[in-house]
Amino acid sequence: MDDALVIAGKRFGSRLLIGTGKYPSHEVMKRCHEASGAELVTVAVRRLDLNAKGEASLLHWIDTTRMTLLPNTALCYTADDAVRTCRLAAELGMSKWVKLEVLGDERTLFPDVEQTVVAARTLVKEGFTVLPYTSDDPITARKLEDAGCAAVMPLAAPIGSGLGIRNPHNIRLIREVVKVPVIVDAGVGTASDVAIAMELGCDGVLLNTAVAGAKDPVRMAMAMKLAIEAGRAAFLAGRIPRKAYGSASSPIEGLVD
Amino acid sequence: MTLTVNGERREFAEGLTVAALVGQLGVRGRVAVELNGEVLRQAQHPEVTLRDGDTLEVVTFVGGGA
Repeated sequence: MDDALVIAGKRFGSRLLIGTGKYPSHEVMKRCHEASGAELVTVAVRRLDLNAKGEASLLHWIDTTRMTLLPNTALCYTADDAVRTCRLAAELGMSKWVKLEVLGDERTLFPDVEQTVVAARTLVKEGFTVLPYTSDDPITARKLEDAGCAAVMPLAAPIGSGLGIRNPHNIRLIREVVKVPVIVDAGVGTASDVAIAMELGCDGVLLNTAVAGAKDPVRMAMAMKLAIEAGRAAFLAGRIPRKAYGSASSPIEGLVD
Repeated sequence: MTLTVNGERREFAEGLTVAALVGQLGVRGRVAVELNGEVLRQAQHPEVTLRDGDTLEVVTFVGGGA
């Protein structure tokens, strides 16, 4: 059964999007990427370290024949900074796909949704395919879709917190109000969080720390892959309604006396 | 001539192009360059000659999720 994730007309065989930060080593990262099955991978744009001559670049450890790069604007705090980072990323990556992220607060890393919408409008005008990190607010999600974003990526919980989906009701509402793919981005801690996101009807999940920071990152990457598949299948299958009381699945008739 | 590269002031020979500068920095892999606040296209790197006092940002991809 064909159930590909389609973003801006491009098909992806996996509904998991994965990051490249905080792994114990590049080697472990590469093995995690393989185990995860992800085909979209986020990277950050930073100043070249002028004193680290000859160090192998990050791209050496990413299979770009299988994975599409999604440069992010992590730790940008204004629309202008984010737009500038995207323009640099486009020259670096030879594509105009970006994960837009404009933060509003250093402690929570919550997004500044006003600046995010401003940046999204500019970037869409410049021909970028914009996947914005946003709050779990359906109104903002709709504004981002109206701005021309290719997906919306509401947070489950603060970035790196591992708290899981704090407001499943809002995530479901976002899925209802926008037509573009909804990708839960940030805050998942373990496989069940990913499964819940998929059961809510989300189109994908983007994660990093939950894998990179696990005791066994490669095994957790595999767990996330399975959770994506299990959650998606459960969503498509349609869960039973919740009932207040018991309802036996064995027949009442024919019990032995 | 003096250039400011990634916030560091350094001395370079006159007549250097952006591509030559990137070569001198010992870069392995692809970089993007912003010259005096304007992002350069890759094709411009061999064509643009730097001048005394120019400010450059040389960036690359590093690990990151969000």
